[in-house]
Amino acid sequence: MITHAIFFYFFSIIAIFSALMVITSRSTINSVFFLILDFISVGCLFIMIGAEFLGMILLIVYVGAVAVLFLFVVMMLNVSDQKQSWFMGKKSTHIPAGLLFSVLIFLELLVVVGGWKYKDNLMSSSTLNLNSEYSNTHEIGNVMYTEYFLYFQISGIILLLSMIGAILLTYSKRENLKRQSYIDQISREKLTAVELKEVPFEKGVKVDD
Amino acid sequence: MIEVGLGHYLTLGAIIFFLGIIGIFLNRKNVIVILMSIELILLAVNINLISFSIFTGDILGQIFTMLILTVAAAEAAIGLAIIVVYYRNRGSIRVEDINQMKG
Repeated sequence: MITHAIFFYFFSIIAIFSALMVITSRSTINSVFFLILDFISVGCLFIMIGAEFLGMILLIVYVGAVAVLFLFVVMMLNVSDQKQSWFMGKKSTHIPAGLLFSVLIFLELLVVVGGWKYKDNLMSSSTLNLNSEYSNTHEIGNVMYTEYFLYFQISGIILLLSMIGAILLTYSKRENLKRQSYIDQISREKLTAVELKEVPFEKGVKVDD
Repeated sequence: MIEVGLGHYLTLGAIIFFLGIIGIFLNRKNVIVILMSIELILLAVNINLISFSIFTGDILGQIFTMLILTVAAAEAAIGLAIIVVYYRNRGSIRVEDINQMKG
């Protein structure tokens, strides 16, 4: 269990440090990188504690998708010239209030952690059930597609909705862009598209444009 | 100290939650940092759920963590889309400049 403690302290110190750097670093792009570091270290903690599927999902979804999305937006929006004034604003009335609120919430969480009557076997890591019959992924799959199937479907619908919403929000109609109009092309009929004309002999016919 | 138990993980979650809330309150930079602080808060919630799930031997916490991951990804996508649209219309995403609603 000594290795468990060592790795726990290692990864959690990295996680706390990078969370601190996310909110205090000078440039936004550094914040995104520290956010990635935070996700990676917490993912390592998850893998270490035995939730390896969710640790991997955290790495894939957060580091691979969400953080890169943040990175793209930061790069596109040219926020680098916006010099920050952390703790140096003219009217800094929000800082004491913010510190008060967050310290209060932190203390409340600590009270919850400390004051809750655990079962004895809950407190130690000797109950970590790492050598169970099934792997963690197997266990999640067992219940996710049977008992919690509806939740799974609903989360898929949420993702679809967010995709539609993001595309609709950022979609901008461009002027003078020539596009095909499929509905016009498909709904043409023979009667309106083709016109038969009687051609007089040696005179030809004038086709109006 | 040496025996790492549930309390350690919950304390880690509490600290990260606290840092996320501080980040929301204290930054005057841009809205993206606020979104990142929200991600930190959701990460802290995930730590709590997963540690309870592991230490009590119930798999339900991990299912909920997956749902939270889904919602967090959706929220990040929508929030960033709103920020992009706002920047396109206003040219700035500083927190002080966003005061149209006089909130």
